[in-house]
This record gives sequence, structure tokens and C-alpha cells, in this order.
Amino acid sequence: MARLLDVLRAAGLTGTKEGCGEGECGACAVLLNGALVNSCLTPLAHAAGAAITTIEGLASDEQLHAVQQAFLDCGGAQCGICTPGMVLAAVSLLRRNPNPTEDAVREGLAGNLCRCTGYGRIFAAVLEACRRMPQATA
Amino acid sequence: MQPGAGGSAVRREGRAKLTGRALYVDDVAPPGLIHGVTIRSPVSRGTIRGLRFDPSLDWSEYTIVTAADIPGINIVKLIADDQPYLADRVVQHAEEPVLLVAHPDPMRAEAARRLITIDIDPLPPVLSMDEASEEFKRYSVVKGDVDRALSAADLVVVEGDYSTGAQEQLYIEPNGMIAVADREHGGVTVWGSMQCPYYIHGALAALLNLPEARVRVVQMETGGGFGGKEEYPTIIAGHAALLAWKSGRPVKMIYGRSEDMASTTKRHPSRTRHRTAVTRDGQLVAMDIDFMLDGGAYCTLSPVVLSRGTIHAAGPYDCPNVRVRGRVVKTNVPPHGAFRGFGAPQSIFALERQMDRVAQAVGLDPAEFRRRNFVRNGDTLAVGQTIREPVDMHALLQRALTLSGFAAKRAAFARANPSARVRKGIGLATFMHGAGFTGSGEVHLASVVTVEGAADGGVRVLAASTEIGQGTNTIFSQIAAEALGLEIDDIEIAQPDTAVVPNSGPTVASRTCMVVGKLVESAATGIRRTLVDSGYLPSTYTRAQFHHACERYIARFGDLRSTSQYTPPPNVRWDDETYTGDAYATYAWAAYVAEVSVDLVTWEIHVDDFVAVQEVGRVINPTLATGQIEGGVAQGIGWALYEDVVWREGRMANAQMTNYIMPTSMDLPPIRVYFEEVPYAGGPGGAKGIGELPMDGAAPAIFNAVADATDVDPRDLPLTPERLLSLWAARHA
Amino acid sequence: MIPVLDGLDLHVPAGLDDALRMLASGDARPFAGGTDLMVLLDAGRLPPGRYVSLWELAELRGIREEPRGGVSIGALVTFSEIRRSHAMAERYPMLCAAAAQIGGVATQNRATIGGNIANASPAADAPPALVAYDAEIELLSLDGVRRLPYAGFHTGYKQMQLARGEIVSRVLLPARDRGWRDGYHKVGTRRAQAISKVCMAGSIRLDGDIVSDIRLALGSVAPTVVRCRAAEAALRGRSITDETVDGAAQALLADIAPIDDIRSTAAYRRSVAQNLLSAFLRPADQK
Repeated sequence: MARLLDVLRAAGLTGTKEGCGEGECGACAVLLNGALVNSCLTPLAHAAGAAITTIEGLASDEQLHAVQQAFLDCGGAQCGICTPGMVLAAVSLLRRNPNPTEDAVREGLAGNLCRCTGYGRIFAAVLEACRRMPQATA
Repeated sequence: MQPGAGGSAVRREGRAKLTGRALYVDDVAPPGLIHGVTIRSPVSRGTIRGLRFDPSLDWSEYTIVTAADIPGINIVKLIADDQPYLADRVVQHAEEPVLLVAHPDPMRAEAARRLITIDIDPLPPVLSMDEASEEFKRYSVVKGDVDRALSAADLVVVEGDYSTGAQEQLYIEPNGMIAVADREHGGVTVWGSMQCPYYIHGALAALLNLPEARVRVVQMETGGGFGGKEEYPTIIAGHAALLAWKSGRPVKMIYGRSEDMASTTKRHPSRTRHRTAVTRDGQLVAMDIDFMLDGGAYCTLSPVVLSRGTIHAAGPYDCPNVRVRGRVVKTNVPPHGAFRGFGAPQSIFALERQMDRVAQAVGLDPAEFRRRNFVRNGDTLAVGQTIREPVDMHALLQRALTLSGFAAKRAAFARANPSARVRKGIGLATFMHGAGFTGSGEVHLASVVTVEGAADGGVRVLAASTEIGQGTNTIFSQIAAEALGLEIDDIEIAQPDTAVVPNSGPTVASRTCMVVGKLVESAATGIRRTLVDSGYLPSTYTRAQFHHACERYIARFGDLRSTSQYTPPPNVRWDDETYTGDAYATYAWAAYVAEVSVDLVTWEIHVDDFVAVQEVGRVINPTLATGQIEGGVAQGIGWALYEDVVWREGRMANAQMTNYIMPTSMDLPPIRVYFEEVPYAGGPGGAKGIGELPMDGAAPAIFNAVADATDVDPRDLPLTPERLLSLWAARHA
Repeated sequence: MIPVLDGLDLHVPAGLDDALRMLASGDARPFAGGTDLMVLLDAGRLPPGRYVSLWELAELRGIREEPRGGVSIGALVTFSEIRRSHAMAERYPMLCAAAAQIGGVATQNRATIGGNIANASPAADAPPALVAYDAEIELLSLDGVRRLPYAGFHTGYKQMQLARGEIVSRVLLPARDRGWRDGYHKVGTRRAQAISKVCMAGSIRLDGDIVSDIRLALGSVAPTVVRCRAAEAALRGRSITDETVDGAAQALLADIAPIDDIRSTAAYRRSVAQNLLSAFLRPADQK
């Protein structure tokens, strides 16, 4: 038995963070076969053969993903500890719903807690990313 | 090209944070690491009889540290020097650290927790402020003669008792430290999550009996602090260092969430009693305020929290007779400590709720009552500070009222509410927050910043002020770039490492931009002046010319640096003995409005809209400044409605994120932020400190809104649905 | 903080039979999506031993139309899958509402309906909807399959009619005709990512203004999910008036047994349960 979170971090992918170890804060979120999951609650056995995307896998070379760039431009990250999980949650949302309303963004990110921002800049960043992205290419 | 001061430059370390490359303490692992855990008292008070180690474990694999292993002084260096790093004979609170164990395998370290028993003979604990018999500190602020004023005729007198509960900072990154010790040469280095490297630095020297020059503290990327990593990290750093000292191995200590919530500091709970006398047309005549804080088992920073709370207790009002008696008492719960606002949110909560009740008693609406009593330029605050800078609370309030649609909404809600399942209300709070350390605090800190030129022509800022999400790195870059006529990318902010940077003081008290930023500005100006005065640079120059001059100067003279030390602004006088005078160099002023819905089916209170208007001197970076206000208001909403520390026998019973409720994205409204700017000469580009200001206004505005929406009179925070139901039931019984 | 994992083993079975064999011999406990069990593990409170993973077993997945109408949901169907199902959204909206409020998206992607049932928390979000829909539950073991009405499945706090070696294999929702009005309302500690303090699922048929049939189920107000038969009896065959609504709210008190706990109080739960019932019965008044 092992937590996917610990295996990822031990492999040097330390971008995925442990904020609570209870599946409440979402800081450990990764994409498992395209689905957003909390890696602190995912046993390694359930990740066997899976395609996993961590925050490190989002940008290509030096080009940031549109969501990352929008977070940067809109002030969506303050202390940054919730940011990897939050960005992946946003990417996951946009892949399912390329043109969300602000309410849909609010709901899609409800499982990711941020203590610094009050979420306003985060929503602005996600909506800005939508505007910048060609449809359905998250 | 990125803007200098006044523009929304993107966060300097933003890219690293967004790509997962920023290194927080748990992201690194020096080779040979062992993992430390803290074994803590299960009872609130008692004498330690002994320790028992389950024989099923091979303890020779473990490093074990008790108080007996401490080379120096077993006291956490702070104010009262009353708190041990490790309890020796007595425990004063549940979760008090008694011993430390470490093992190369983190799981074995964790497993050891359950296999060590601390035998304690319990003693009766003091678990509430009412039962407390020991006091850490008291202060009193006196203006005029409250007793005489209260005895005058034809006054309306309103009394009220208010309370606030503890609040957990809940930074999403728990506390953590890595320590490496070199016993042979007598030195220790600590890396970790922290706000104040130099607090830890001085403390470790005393703990390990080392000269300060042999102690090095380095701040790593820090995932939130809010005061929770102001003084507390000294303890976890000390623990990691002790294990490193004993074992000779690098040590990592990372708290689990539950441990962090249960054992580290929280916001001081408070109780405030108000007695306010006004004339029949609503003019304040006397304010008599008793303000009490629960300090928990050790003193930590309680005197300073009390000080700030006491000084802010009478608010931005002109009242000829004021008495504030503040005290902070000792109880046997984990010590309370710094949390954004630092005493002011507690006293301002009580004040602003009281002001609404006084307004109601004399038949005035809350805005009009305040208008009749606001301080103006030239008035004197209760603490004896004459306001010498422009202040216009009337304009701030008016702007907030207009932006929130206050009057029209209040009227509309009053009409619709009687037949509605969801009652709506709107409420306000007006307040100020002093920036920088109180009184002579900044003089004692004597902060220092150095700016230096680099051989490649770049510029480096050396300060101990930490980036904890609020934007220190970016603000300092903007300030330095503007002072030098350079671009932000030309400026490097040195990692706060006590071996490298001078002591610019702690990253607290809303001082980083205003006080330390001012030193950055003057030190940066200093190197420009050196280059110009020495003929290396013309007085107007291009970026390229600057770089070239810097290179040449350093090639010739070896280095280029300018150091600035804090000097107090002129005419700021404070008397520690009488506790009167200019308490703060400047204040930021604010008016906040909250609109709420109260659902009479579920008793849930939801904030639907929030307007935050504040005068802040100068906004250096609009995105960062707005982010500070939004985040602070969010924490205030959490404190007001959701965040309830459940105490059982002196322990936090809900020490899990599933049971200690902070707001999610679905629980918060859009928070609308507006700034006014009246430049303050003592701040860089005119900026005042704003980090804590937003924490003061949300809770009272919300409570006032709930009182507007319903006919209850809420006075105790947090106002959970369960408490609202009790108030409603009592009202409608 | 890496939790202690001593003595914990998650075995991925060769197939359904292999899993059932391990469960029959008492060798292992079932492990579905893990969103409850892993929380215990992280807190150091998961009972040590072997767990057998059901996650990979195709037989336990899928939302299928039943021959006699109605729908069969595999125990390992996740709440995200339920949310995405057209059939669910159209015909069983309360289960979709429940699914949308179980944690956040990350939880819903992993939490399963079988796990939500078998974890047997009184605060579980799906059970009230399942009771209100007259769900049946299918239990599978090496010995075969049996079906029970879901309403009686939970017999006490964390106790259920699950024999050794049995797992929940499918949840069956009977066909419903169009005359029902549904109302699901979860009151949590906050608007998302919350454990329920009171959760009501109600379904009502009106014949003119007479209540011809009604189902009321509540969570978080008793050691198990409760079917509120006393409240139902106070309404069946009656018209909805102030008097009957008050009568039903009073009768409801006999159906529930709320407590004070870390999240809330018995008084609050009583008040909200009654209020939710009244609000459900009089939707036009809800503004």
C-alpha cells in the first residue's frame, strides 16, 4: 500500500503538495487518466498503467499552458502552495467545459482551498485563460 | 517591459510557483536525512512522572531528545521567556512538546508516536478566561475622565458584551523545518517555512549555546503565514536543530495538518465589554471599554497583541472621554499567537457592533451615527495621537455606501423581509489600522536593508523580509527599479538567509512595504548616488549606462553597496511609560460594507456582496494590493461565519480540515476592492502598510448586516447557523 | 506527512471470483474508490490487514437499463459518472443532486455509490435519495446474488445487512412514472466540500391538491438514513394546508433522533429537518 502522492514526490515530482492528507484541500490534485483526483487519497495500485499529469507536465518546454500564463498575469497565485492543484483543477474544468460561466468555475474549483486569495483572482485567471484559448484545446 | 512602482508587475517568483518548481521545505531532502516527530502531552496540565518506551521497538535506531539534551537554555526566546522548547517537569497545555524522536524512515518515526507514553499526574487546568488567575499583561489607555462624563445628565448609555473565538491561520503549507548541525565546529543551519529568519536566528543561538555568527537561518518558499509562522517556527526550528545536534544527521520535521492545527498558535479569543454614552443627538461623550484576551499557557506575543487591540479599541471616532482597560490572561490551552490583525480584529469587532447598537438606541442609521463622530485631521485619538495627516472618513464611507447601494438596499430589504424565507441585510464597519510596529517598536527593531550592485551590472536587494505570498519580492523589485530607473528584471531579491542579508526586521505588522520598502528605496537611491557622485554615471542615464557603470565601478573598487537603517519619522513621539502619544507612524483608513442573506429554513448566512474601500497612501502594485484585501476579507468572512475552534478539555477537538471550516470558492462573494490614495511621506512612493487592514472590517460588517436582516442582536463570533438559531429562538420564544 | 502503512496491503484481484474468494475467506476487506478508507489511512486509523480492490472489476460498473424499466447502477460507478448520465439526470435527479455535492470534483471522480453505501456513515449523501426512490440493493458473494429493499439495509450505526463475503454489487432504481415532484436538500457545514448536517430527499405525488403518495428520507439525523414514515403518514391522503404541514413537521420528530456532535447540534438538526420538510411541501413560499 502506498499513496500516489508520496510516490510522485519521492520520484522528484515535488510540484504536487500535501496540504492536509485528508482529501479536503486539493493541493495534491493530479490528473489520472484525465480525471482530477486527490493523490493523497489514491492508492498506488489504482494508478497502475495510468497516464498521470502533474503540474510539471503542463507547460511544454518554456511555453506556459494558457491557464498558467493567465494565473501569472491575473495574480492568481500568492503563496503558491495551492497553485499546482488549483491549476490542474482549472485545466480539468476547461477540458470538460471550454466556456464556463463564473458559477461553473466556482463550482469546478470548489474542491481546491486557497487561504491567500479569496478566489477572486483565480476565477479571473480561469476566465481569462478561456478567452485566450482556441475552443476545446485545454 | 515591466512597470515600476504603481503598475501591476507580475509576481517575480510566479513562474516557479505555477510550474511546480518553487521549492518549499518538504520539497528538498539532503542526503542522510532523518525525520523528526514531536511527542506531546495528552493532558492540559500536570507534572511529568516519566517516559515509557514500548520495548517492541528497537530504540537504538532512533535519536531521542529530551530537555536534558539541550546544550543552552531551554527557553524560547521571545518576550517573557516563560516557554520551554521541551517540557521538563510540568506541562501547561495539551500538545505541549515533551520529547523528540527521529528515524531515517519517516514511517518509523511516525510509528514511534504511539509507542511512547508520557506519564503525567494531572493537575486541575484553567480552561476559560473567567477562571484565569494569572495575567500576562495589562494596559490602559485613558483620555479625559470617563467616570465623571458618565455621571452627567441627559445621556443615552448603551452597554454590551462581545466575544470572539480562536481562529486557526490554516496556511495550506503546514509548518516544516530542515536542520543541519556541525558539532565539531559548533554551528547550525536551518531551512524552512517562516516569516522571520532573525527571530529564529537569535533564538537558536541561545538554545544551542552558540555564538550568533555560527547560526544560519534560510527561508524557503513559504506556503502562507498570516502570523502563524511569525513566532511559532522558532519552536519547530529549535526542535529540528536539537535533533540535528544530537544525531549529527540532517533532520527534517514536517507537521501533519492535524498536529499543526492542534498544537500551534491561533488568534487570541477575546471578550470585550463596552459602555458607551452619547448625547441624544448621537454625539459620543464617553467610551468605557474592558478588553480581555486569552493568551493560552505561555506569554508568546500576547503583550503586543494586547497592545494593538487596546490601542484600536476606540476606533476612528472623536470622543472626549475614553478608557480602555486591556488584559491578557493565562489559561492551560496551547498558547495563542500572531494572526493577521493581531488584536485589532477582536477589539474592532466589538466596537463596530457596539456602534451600530448605539446608533439604534438614539434612532440614527449606522452611517449617520458614524458621520457625527468620525475623527478629522487635527483631532486626537484616545491614545493621545493627534492626527496630522489628511483623513476623510466621511468620503470613504460615502464611497462605500454608494458602491454598495447601501441606502436603497436597506430600504428594499426592510420592505421585503417580513414575508421572505431568505432575509437580506446590509451592514457596515468603519475602522483604521496602524501600520508598522507600535510606538517605539520600529526604533528598537532598527531595521537594515542593503542594496548592492553586481559585477554583471545587475542589482541585488538584501533584506530579511520574506515573501509569503503577499508580494514582497515583487514590491521590493518595483521600488528598487523605480529608484534606479531600471526594470524589474534587473533587480534580484536575495533569498532571506541570515548569512547573507541584514536584519530588516520581522515580516509582520503591515510593515514590509511601508517600513522596509522605504529602506529599499533609500538604499537603492544610495547606490545610484554613489555612481553619480563618483562620476561613473551621469545624473540622467539609460539602463545600459547604469549596468556599464556598475560593472566598471565594481571592477575598480571591489563592491558597490548602500545600507539604509530605519530612522523614525520626525515628530513621532511615543511614551512607553504612560502609554500615550503617537502609537503608529500612520494609519490606513477604511469603510467596508457586507450584504448578507439569512435563510430561515437552514439558518445559513451567506455573504452575497462585499465592498471594501480603503485609503492606503499609494498603491504600488494594484494586483498585489487588491489580492491582499480580497484575501484578508475572505479570512474575515471565515472568522465571522465558519471558523469555529471546538474545545474539549483544553484541546482542539476539530483539528482536521474536514471539521474546521474555512470558506470554499462557493462560500465567498465577489469581493469588490477600491483604493484611495493620500500619499504618506514615510512610505516608499507614499505607500502605507495594508496587509492586516482587511482583517478588521469583514466580521463586524457581516454581524451588523445580520442584525439588519433579522431582529437578532449577535455579539459572539463565529455566528454559525446553530448559534443564529439559538438567538432567533430566544428572541421569538 | 507520510502515514504509517504497516500491515496494510491492497491486493488487486485477478477477477471478480478471485475477489469474492478473498472476501469469503475473511482474508480481505473490500476497497472501492478509497475516498473514505484512505482518509482513515492518512489519519493512521485504517484497520490493518489486507484489502481487495474492486476498482478494476467491470462487472461492478456501468449504468444499465433494467428490462422492467428502472436502472441498475454498478457499485463501482463513481459519482462523476452518475452526474454525467442522461438517464440519471432525467429520471433520478435527486441522485444527481447528491452526486454533485459529495466533496468536490476530485472526490466525485473516485467516490463510488457502493462505497457510499457500504461505508455506512449516517451522513452519507446518496442514501436519502436512494431511500426516497425505493431503491433495491443487490448483494453478491461466492454463494450468489440476493436483493433487498435498500430502506432496511442499514440496521444501526455502521451496521448493515451484509453477510461475510458479501459486497454491494448493484443498486437498482425502479421505474418511476412522471407524477412525482422531487426535492433534495443537503445542508452542510459550507456550500461545497462539506459533510452533511441534515440531508433531505423527498418525493411527492399530488392528485389535485391531495397527497396521493410521498417518500421522505433524511440523513445525518439518526444512526442510519431514515425513511420518515410517521411524517409520511401524516400527509398521505391529505391536502397540503398549514395544519397538515405543521402536523407532518411534528410527526417528523418521531422519525428522527439527532445528536450533538463535532459539527452541529440536535436542536439545529431538528429545526432544519422540520423546516426542510415544510419548505419541500410548500415550494411556492420559498423566496
